[in-house]
Amino acid sequence: MSATGLTPLLSRLRPRSADAVKGVPSTASAVIGIAAFAVALLVLAPLLLTQFEITRLGKFVCFAIVAVGIGIAWGRGGMLSLGQGIFFGLGAYTMAMHMKLADASLDGGDGVPDFMKLYGDGTVPWWWEPLRSEAFTIAAIVLLPALVAFILGFAVFTRRVKGAYFAILSQALVAAFVVLIIGSQATTGGFNGISNFRTWFGFVLADPANKRMLYFIAAGTLLVMLLIAFLLMRSRYGELLVATRDAEERVRFLGYNPALTKTAAFVVAAAMAGIAGALFVPLVGIISPQDIGVVPSIGFLIGVAVGGRSSLFGPALGAIAISWAESSLSSSFPDIWTYFQGLLLVLVVALLPGGLASLPALLRRRRRHPSTASELEVTAA
Amino acid sequence: MTASPESLVVHELKVSFGGFVAVDGVSFDASPGEVRFLIGPNGAGKTTCIDAITGLSKASGSVMLGDTEVLGRPVHRIARLGIGRTFQTASVFDELSVLQNLDIAAGIHRTALSLLRGRRGVPESVEEALEEVGLVDQRAQSAGSLSHGQKQWLEIGMLLVQNPKALLLDEPVAGMSHDERTATGELLQRIAARRITLVVEHDMDFMRRFATRVTVLHQGRVLSEGAVSDVQNDPRVQEVYLGSAVETES
Repeated sequence: MSATGLTPLLSRLRPRSADAVKGVPSTASAVIGIAAFAVALLVLAPLLLTQFEITRLGKFVCFAIVAVGIGIAWGRGGMLSLGQGIFFGLGAYTMAMHMKLADASLDGGDGVPDFMKLYGDGTVPWWWEPLRSEAFTIAAIVLLPALVAFILGFAVFTRRVKGAYFAILSQALVAAFVVLIIGSQATTGGFNGISNFRTWFGFVLADPANKRMLYFIAAGTLLVMLLIAFLLMRSRYGELLVATRDAEERVRFLGYNPALTKTAAFVVAAAMAGIAGALFVPLVGIISPQDIGVVPSIGFLIGVAVGGRSSLFGPALGAIAISWAESSLSSSFPDIWTYFQGLLLVLVVALLPGGLASLPALLRRRRRHPSTASELEVTAA
Repeated sequence: MTASPESLVVHELKVSFGGFVAVDGVSFDASPGEVRFLIGPNGAGKTTCIDAITGLSKASGSVMLGDTEVLGRPVHRIARLGIGRTFQTASVFDELSVLQNLDIAAGIHRTALSLLRGRRGVPESVEEALEEVGLVDQRAQSAGSLSHGQKQWLEIGMLLVQNPKALLLDEPVAGMSHDERTATGELLQRIAARRITLVVEHDMDFMRRFATRVTVLHQGRVLSEGAVSDVQNDPRVQEVYLGSAVETES
């Protein structure tokens, strides 16, 4: 993937202005970076990759969208969420439910999804009904994860729960969410999840042209999310978020309510995860508890950590690179991959907390002061 | 006790942690126009008083800023009332520049929407604060790279841009050189002309040079109060404070 080579390139372009917040690229390098993403995803990938690989890349792009959100919440805001699967799942299931309802009404159908007849009494529960509307579905994909994140975030951050406690809490919540879904098979598809989709907003999914269109929509969404992330990082709010991450008490004693600042970042991350989930479903063709549980939620983080959580492009690049490595390596070495993934996370967190995005700056410093950074060379190698 | 409308009046303040009473019925007041010092040996309850006034520690009694009761409000609301504080170890945002530190402090009255825009230009209050605390040349430097003394000044500057009614400073000259102490003292005197300035200090020499009025705390109670000379000549202060100080030092 050509995109993995971009991070060092972009960081070299970034001017070392003392007035910029660490990790925020200048407008010029942000524009160049997003343009490079656009060329790689919208031009090069369709030219060079097969249809199968394109759809697979589309899936990785969805993970990259989640990663951009995690970069904001964790990298800029210091909130390590092990539960992004909840928001990914809310977006994904909302989309899946809408597609199921639309499919069931095709060709004079009775409007009842197939699995409900199989496991349930053949009636559609009331809370599915609004999702027959396309507009409601699109709104719910963004607003439902955002609302859940707001309630959750505000309650938790007002009580000053942070750090490892917040991480464990978010992981427990995603575990509970999965149990809830598995337990209600007649209305959510349970352990098997929801699959066998025929159409997406009227487009037949079996048509390769439509698959390709879905990929382009996902890639375009990633570009928009990167732009939003950049504008947020550069704004006064972005500076306040970093300040809250680094000295929460100081911010509080300046008259800000840190809970609100953090909740806002958490909500943005959740909305991005929801959108990613909604794009994942038509691309991959299934959503099940295995895609949103504890393990995938941690998986979301690994790419972000490796790429560089507080940089603009690190999370997205890391997510795509790690997913790519996983799908190529895990088929050859299915037993070793999980260990490798765990080892990678430990190594990055312990030796290179800034991720690969921090490497160029480290190397530059090493060149200037060769003695102080010699141990870091091991990490770089 | 003269309590002008803009005074900070602490009355029968009491703070306890579990069974331990750290501050036991302390009363004092501070007004603009005086550099007000709170001194006492270790464990006297000086910092706890400031913690209670700024909402960090739960307390009973009363703290009035003008006509407003301060106790019982959350920390960020008390800051918005106009009571700013510094910490013993200067807490600034290390990864942000001096300018950004001040800009964030100046921003509490900005609307949520204006936070979404980037910074363009430097607000006037920030420019004034840079000059007041003498960090004009360091404005683009990251706060983490400042010297210890400069960090303390930046923290004071962050309070000044908020135009507070009261500044509570927790050991502002700890670890400073002699020249830095003098500069800090002069800064405090300028600030105190228009604002309530309450300084918690260990340094007796600094207190002698810059204090207008002093309250001595001992074991959570007020031991003595008055001008510097009154307090210094008070035999109880000499016995308790200086005596114990000498013993612990040697």
